[in-house]
Amino acid sequence: MSKPKPTDIEKRVSAAGSTVTQSSETLLEVSDLTTYFRSSRGLVRAVDGVSFKLDRGKTLGIVGESGSGKTVLARSIMELLPRSGLERNGSILFEGTELIDFGPKEMRPYWGAQMSMIFQDPMTSLNPVMKIGNQISESIREHLDVSKQYAKELSEQLLVSVRIPEAARRLDEYPHQLSGGMRQRVCIAVALACGPKLLFADEPTTALDVTVQAQVLDLMATAQNERFMAMILITHDLGVVAGRTDEIVVMYAGRIVERADTKTLFSNMKMPYTEALLKSIPRVDQPSHLRLSTIPGRPPDLVNPPEGCKFAPRCAYAQDRCTQEEPPLREITPGHEYRCWFPVGTPEGAGALANNRAQGTTATGLVFQEPEVATTTRGDG
Amino acid sequence: MELTKLIARRAVQLIIVLLFVSFFTFLLVRLLPGDPTDVIIPFGTAAKKAELRSDLGLGKPFFEQYADYLNNVLHGNLGKQYSSGRPVSDLVTQSFPVSIQLMIYAQFLALLFAIPLGIYSAYRAGSRADTTINTTGFALLAIPNFVVALFLSYFVGAQLKWLPTGGYAPGWLDPLFDGTRGADIGEHFNYMLLPAITLALGQIAIYMRLLRSDMIATLQENFISMARSKGISNRRILWRHALRPSSLTLLTVVGLNVGALIGGAVVVEVIFGIPGMGLKITQAIFSREYIELQGYVLVIAVLFVLINFTVDFLYTILDPRIRRGRSAT
Ligand SMILES: Nc1ncnc2c1ncn2[C@@H]1O[C@H](COP(=O)(O)OP(=O)(O)OP(=O)(O)O)[C@@H](O)[C@H]1O
Ligand code: SF4
Ligand SMILES: [Mg+2]
Repeated sequence: MSKPKPTDIEKRVSAAGSTVTQSSETLLEVSDLTTYFRSSRGLVRAVDGVSFKLDRGKTLGIVGESGSGKTVLARSIMELLPRSGLERNGSILFEGTELIDFGPKEMRPYWGAQMSMIFQDPMTSLNPVMKIGNQISESIREHLDVSKQYAKELSEQLLVSVRIPEAARRLDEYPHQLSGGMRQRVCIAVALACGPKLLFADEPTTALDVTVQAQVLDLMATAQNERFMAMILITHDLGVVAGRTDEIVVMYAGRIVERADTKTLFSNMKMPYTEALLKSIPRVDQPSHLRLSTIPGRPPDLVNPPEGCKFAPRCAYAQDRCTQEEPPLREITPGHEYRCWFPVGTPEGAGALANNRAQGTTATGLVFQEPEVATTTRGDG
Repeated sequence: MELTKLIARRAVQLIIVLLFVSFFTFLLVRLLPGDPTDVIIPFGTAAKKAELRSDLGLGKPFFEQYADYLNNVLHGNLGKQYSSGRPVSDLVTQSFPVSIQLMIYAQFLALLFAIPLGIYSAYRAGSRADTTINTTGFALLAIPNFVVALFLSYFVGAQLKWLPTGGYAPGWLDPLFDGTRGADIGEHFNYMLLPAITLALGQIAIYMRLLRSDMIATLQENFISMARSKGISNRRILWRHALRPSSLTLLTVVGLNVGALIGGAVVVEVIFGIPGMGLKITQAIFSREYIELQGYVLVIAVLFVLINFTVDFLYTILDPRIRRGRSAT
């Protein structure tokens, strides 16, 4: 067994950008993915018929309120969900390989090496009783045939590349000795360790200080560009994805309700839910947990969702039709699809609004409130 | 730095606790009803009783008696066994290593089975294998020690004649305490295997169960998902990632059992004729050898304290967060 020369691996592990030619072929294609959990109450439809495509090197934003199924979607694609009580169907093509029927055994070569994930909570994502260095190098040692010493050097380089000061010393420290921001950087280093082609970043900044958030996002963007890596950036905050993604998918109750390229989504959103989300972007001059306006009501029950449009009980545009018929996801203009009978900025939408405004309530009895979009959209960053 | 300070502070606590322990064993004999000499050697001659009285320093003020006792203990003088006149320290150095070795083997065997079984049943929680392991474990736990001991002694010892039914040969630890004893390791293990299995069988289920429930909780943790997402093997996730953070309760209970087994393996020691402390303590009680008893109690109490100290120290190794938590207070 001859070990590959360090330079080869170095190329794979860091700065893979130069070795891969820029192409826009599809890396990941998810079709009609459903992920249900069996529970005592019935089937929890956490992800319900999601389809999208992601090209190499591109960034997809997944946006939605808490509980909309973002984490379940990401974990379902990576096959990282607990298997008991799980019902998972559809198709996941990764570089043309169908992953949906793969079990943990078949997925292991993909995990870490082909696709990796930064988990939602950096405070609990690292093993508290294991040294930072080992947590990074075990991944390297698993996927690349390198010596222990070399894996250690790589780990240190990775810590340097995610801007962790005194990287060499940190290798021997435990997670509790690091701040939240530093831990998230370590998680990023772990996720990047084997040069994956696809990175899931599940709310990578939600748990962090406002001042650190931008730094971490920039860091990830740099790493992504250097490696020509595709990224799925998950967030509940449209402000985070603004200017950082190529395309955005808006999720509601386990479904995609709108999908468009980033610019279009911000400038020409069609779904009242997207509009409402945009209104709830926290402003820079406000603490991040304070929403500009929160959407009235709560997301629907995933076991017994309402008939018709799932957003109807909270929608300012809702008409009778919305409570009876569920709008299909339609691609109205190329690359822009949404689910709505009375889309924002269309005559139908304007008519629905006028109707509700006149009555003072919507078709579901919600007190009418004007859905004005925040004047300063940060769509094109 | 942090760690040395921690150890220093624990060492001071340790000394204070040891002083308490020695004080209570000292009281053990002084608080005997009536004249202690009447209780200890009821049929002794007046001269014998006078000798004992002066040995115990009974005429002196109370705290001077304690100071003398402490001084004697520190010089390895634990008094005499009055029936034979042998120094108690000799009796202790003979029986102590026997009990320690038996305890070590029993714990080793119990953990050898309990850890892999605990990990496996946590990993496969709710499966048929998990239920089978648990049921078997509890069935073994439900059988009293003496039944297992008699059963093993009868079948493996008397019927199959694979191993001796009882008796003892010195092992690796005995010569260290009592230079007069030579070791025959093979013989030693022949005698110790059945008693050790007997003691271990009752503990496997408990250990396994403790590890299993902590392990199930650990396996829900975020960092386990993260470890899986790196593509490392299940074996590594279970043993390297999940075991350590799941073993604090197990460690605590093992620590308590280690202490309890030193003088508490009476039934097993009696049935297999092993001259450990459990057997000796029972004999001392029946023959009213209170000074001898005092010696055993002191040794066991000191050992208990030392084990606790070690367990505390092991916590900080198992979980580095504790190191900071404790030194911060
Ligand atoms: N193992 C499970 N069993 C049953 N229901 C589950 C399970 N995991 C998630 N869910 C449910 O699936 C829904 C989607 O959860 P998910 O964590 O994906 O939301 P999210 O969009 O990531 O929200 P957040 O912003 O809070 O992270 C929630 O209603 C949740 O309760
Ligand atoms: S207008 Fe109707 S269809 Fe469109 S989001 Fe509102 S409730 Fe749903
Ligand atoms: Mg989530």
